Amino acid sequence: MIGFYTFMEGVIAFFLIAGGVFAFIGALGMTRLKDFYMRLHGPTKTSTLGVGCVLIASACYFSLVGGGFSVQELLITIFLFITAPVSAHLLAKSALHQKLPHDQRTQGHPEELDEEEENPEPSERAEITPPP
Amino acid sequence: MLDMALWISLALFAASVLLTLFRAVIGPSLPDRILALDTMYINSIGLIILFGIWLNSKIYFEAALLIAMLGFISTVAVCKYLLRGDIIE
Repeated sequence: MIGFYTFMEGVIAFFLIAGGVFAFIGALGMTRLKDFYMRLHGPTKTSTLGVGCVLIASACYFSLVGGGFSVQELLITIFLFITAPVSAHLLAKSALHQKLPHDQRTQGHPEELDEEEENPEPSERAEITPPP
Repeated sequence: MLDMALWISLALFAASVLLTLFRAVIGPSLPDRILALDTMYINSIGLIILFGIWLNSKIYFEAALLIAMLGFISTVAVCKYLLRGDIIE
């Protein structure tokens, strides 16, 4: 029969190591992957799973040690979960704006990366006769 | 057991900060460097929280919250500058 504190210590240790492993996987993916659109996948794992697991472990630890439930971890978690998709979306928009080259295996063909001319010539538009 | 897990987690977060620093140095384009700096501040939030657990003090959560807000605002500002050529129009 193990005590309550030993059990909670095991839970906290598990969350700490899981957070570290997820952060390392995210950083490794950002170093190893080929182009920017693949590399964008790495930091999402780091920000949601890695720091999320560490914050859960920290909340458990300070709730056990300090006696009361601590709110600051929840604040940081909510803020990170709100802001991570916004920054990822802005980074993808800026990458599409700069027309970064992509690898052959990267799936999806957004129309911002197409090469053909979008605007028709003004002479073609002038040939259309207005209705009487 | 908690000391051991804390050391392993600190080592993994430090290694991920070094890997993102490597990507920020060699990154071929500008959004790569912004993405690397974004990941680096998120990893530094994790490092600061682990340091707070190690020292058993709750003072460091304010520093982590401050880094989170400033990092998000700086990422949005640099992306806006890349997109529009201007931050506040």
